[in-house]
Amino acid sequence: MPGQVPEGATPSCWSCGTMRAVHFCSSCGKVQPPVPVDYFTFFGFPRKLNLDTAALEKEFYGLSRRLHPDGFGQADDRERAWSLEQSSMLNDAYRTLKDPIKRTEYLLRLEGIELEEQSKQATEKARATGELKKQVVPPDLLEEVFELNMHLEELRAQKKLGEDDPALLEEIGKAKLSLEEKYDALLNELKTEWARWDKTVDQNAADRRTVLDAMLDVLNRRNYIRNLVRDVNEAMEN
Amino acid sequence: MSTAYIVGIDLGTTNSLVAYMQGDAPVVIPGEDGLNLVPSVVALDEKNQIVVGNAARKYLIETPERAVYSVKRLMGRGVEDVQDELKLFPFQLADDLQEGEVLRIKIGERTYTPPEISALILRQLKRNAERFLGAPVTQAVITVPAYFNDAQRQATKDAGRIAGLNVLRLVNEPTAASLAYGLDKKKNGIIAVYDLGGGTFDVSILKLHDGIFEVIATNGDTHLGGDDIDNLLIAVALDDIRGDLGIDLRRNGEAGARIRKAVIEAKIALSSQPSAKLDVDLPGGKKYQREISRELFEQMMQPIIDRTVGPCKQALKDAGLKPEQIDEVVLVGGSTRIPKVRRLVQDLFGRVPHTDLNPDEVVALGAAVQANILGGGSEITKEMLLLDVTPLSLGIEVAGGVTDKIIQRNSTVPASATQYYTTQVDGQTNVAIHVLQGERELARDCRSLARFDLKGIPPMVAGMPRIEVKFLIDANGILRVSAREQRSGKEAEIDVQPTYGLTDEQVENMLLESYDYAEEDFRQRQVIEARREADTILAALGKGKKNPGWRELSSDERSRVETAEQALMQVKEGDDYHAIRGAIDELNQATMRLAELMMDSAVSVALKGKTMDGTDFEEGAQAGHPVAKADFE
Repeated sequence: MPGQVPEGATPSCWSCGTMRAVHFCSSCGKVQPPVPVDYFTFFGFPRKLNLDTAALEKEFYGLSRRLHPDGFGQADDRERAWSLEQSSMLNDAYRTLKDPIKRTEYLLRLEGIELEEQSKQATEKARATGELKKQVVPPDLLEEVFELNMHLEELRAQKKLGEDDPALLEEIGKAKLSLEEKYDALLNELKTEWARWDKTVDQNAADRRTVLDAMLDVLNRRNYIRNLVRDVNEAMEN
Repeated sequence: MSTAYIVGIDLGTTNSLVAYMQGDAPVVIPGEDGLNLVPSVVALDEKNQIVVGNAARKYLIETPERAVYSVKRLMGRGVEDVQDELKLFPFQLADDLQEGEVLRIKIGERTYTPPEISALILRQLKRNAERFLGAPVTQAVITVPAYFNDAQRQATKDAGRIAGLNVLRLVNEPTAASLAYGLDKKKNGIIAVYDLGGGTFDVSILKLHDGIFEVIATNGDTHLGGDDIDNLLIAVALDDIRGDLGIDLRRNGEAGARIRKAVIEAKIALSSQPSAKLDVDLPGGKKYQREISRELFEQMMQPIIDRTVGPCKQALKDAGLKPEQIDEVVLVGGSTRIPKVRRLVQDLFGRVPHTDLNPDEVVALGAAVQANILGGGSEITKEMLLLDVTPLSLGIEVAGGVTDKIIQRNSTVPASATQYYTTQVDGQTNVAIHVLQGERELARDCRSLARFDLKGIPPMVAGMPRIEVKFLIDANGILRVSAREQRSGKEAEIDVQPTYGLTDEQVENMLLESYDYAEEDFRQRQVIEARREADTILAALGKGKKNPGWRELSSDERSRVETAEQALMQVKEGDDYHAIRGAIDELNQATMRLAELMMDSAVSVALKGKTMDGTDFEEGAQAGHPVAKADFE
């Protein structure tokens, strides 16, 4: 049975009064009122990033059998409501933890780093005002991005005139391929940071902060490349 | 634990079915006419009575303005969405329709909303089930296209409620089909369900794992199906007629209905024959005749079935799978009988699709399986669990008319997202939230679900309140919203204005039969049906007495029969269902030997080469209902 009874939860089952497990009573099996916990705690996992996804899936299936509303078709309103909340939390938690990027982003947020805020708000503002969004180009990409942007502008100009330049398309295609390789490589870089995190998770705050910042940096670079590839695809399609 | 029956219903565009779990096997319940499929047609007859199903079909041709079909296409949609449908389907909208009102369709002099028309079909299925099971049916699982949005789902749920059914769950059609398939196969692996019905197309990719049916991705088009193929053929025929015969029949309802019937028959025939003939009587004694080869037919419908390719590819992409990773492709829906469709699926997934299931019935059978699970399960279903997904992303409108997606498509349901809101003006007590469904970037390109007005926020300095809004998509794929102001801990009041759909109050006023009367209505119907059965058996006995077998009975046996006959004749005029039923059973018992003797004489007559006329004791002597066995291994 994964996990300890979280803080804030009554330690005993509402139905039979014995010590409860996290989501349902270990004695009578009844579903328990949900308690707000983080997704790692929900599954009874430590807050580590190298995660056994096979074990996660097994746990997910097992908990689904116990918590899904289908099993409460004949139960009373209160239990039905708890099962709905518990199983939505289970699904949200599983969806987040099984994906390596979402898992990392979630951990950063848990650790108090608002990674999305900046880019998201900037994107919305750019959309609303029509201003160009300013993005910091990762230094190692400066040269490549500069050249690619020139090519893209050339391509757009040609398309307007209805011209076609196979050499230019090939050039852009090559650049795109190189970006995609870098994109994939970043996942491995991220995984190296995972290992550092998992080791420092119980260490001092300064070490933790260094690793968190490193992960944030990898994610930002990754997002940057993703947006760039999207721009390339759009330019080539239109 | 209640022992009441929970039925599974496939509320289809063209046909609807009701099924239930009989022991270990889901079984389709036939109508009084003995047929499993109830055409989704509703009409008013000469006496202004509602007729549904096969009985309503003839009115499509005789009085087309008093009949509707394919109403599923209009569920949960607004006037501006259905302009295309109105060009192709003979739907007559009410003349006094107000802006923002739920659509109303004219049938004769009356008008009905799409949920009400669907409710009439559901009520018919409910009655069929009650007649068959001999007990009231008030709980059901109803299937919907996987790609149905929130409004379409809500409209289906409303239809159930109007029909006097407590809808325990809406299940996605391809997922229901996979349950029926999985119950049968008990194999682990990845399957794709390709479901091309009368009006909707869905594709779902599922992982089957020790009884868990986990949908990984789903996609589709809620306005793509056999109807579109029919409409294409009709358009070609109308063009032909205008060109060759110089008659414009585009506004002629009756001729249109005749042509529609003829092209549907031709379409069906072309699945098994190389060519089919169209032969339609037209007004003014003219005739439209033409032969269509399968080759031409396939060429014409290619653009329609090609529209299924995009959703299939997207579903595979969302699932992160290549076609060769799919272990089995299951075909569902009547349109998958078309050989060209099967070839398309085979090319798409690179394997021969599984066609052992009856494509018309498998969805209803799966719904019955899910009904059984929700009712507490049985030995065969106790390990089964369905994990379905939401087909469309849920978003809210943010500054600049942009959609901010808060629950992504293909998220396992129930799924939730929490958002925080605040005020922009000092003392502001209301905040408006616009909820959308769809994949597009801009709010105006997505489907508007509802506008929520958070009310009763305690007046504070701008930016101070912190309102937590929880969006939850339940296992039916329907959105629920709750809100709380965190600084005061006060539950915020939510005013919902559904963009398309009925309010609770409207639904309440539409209830076809109040729950209170359901039981009583059921008794009355039982009495009427028992009386009808009594008449049949008495008539059969009348014939039996003329049979040589009657004289072979002993005088005791004869007098027992006659006593039972008298008793039945007496009680059948009364209202006591149990008395009538008892008298029927007694007469059945008393005539058992007579039936055997008649059978013997029928056999000997047949052996002598004579006809068997006058020996039709079948209906009376053999009570009980035919059981429709599920049509798959």
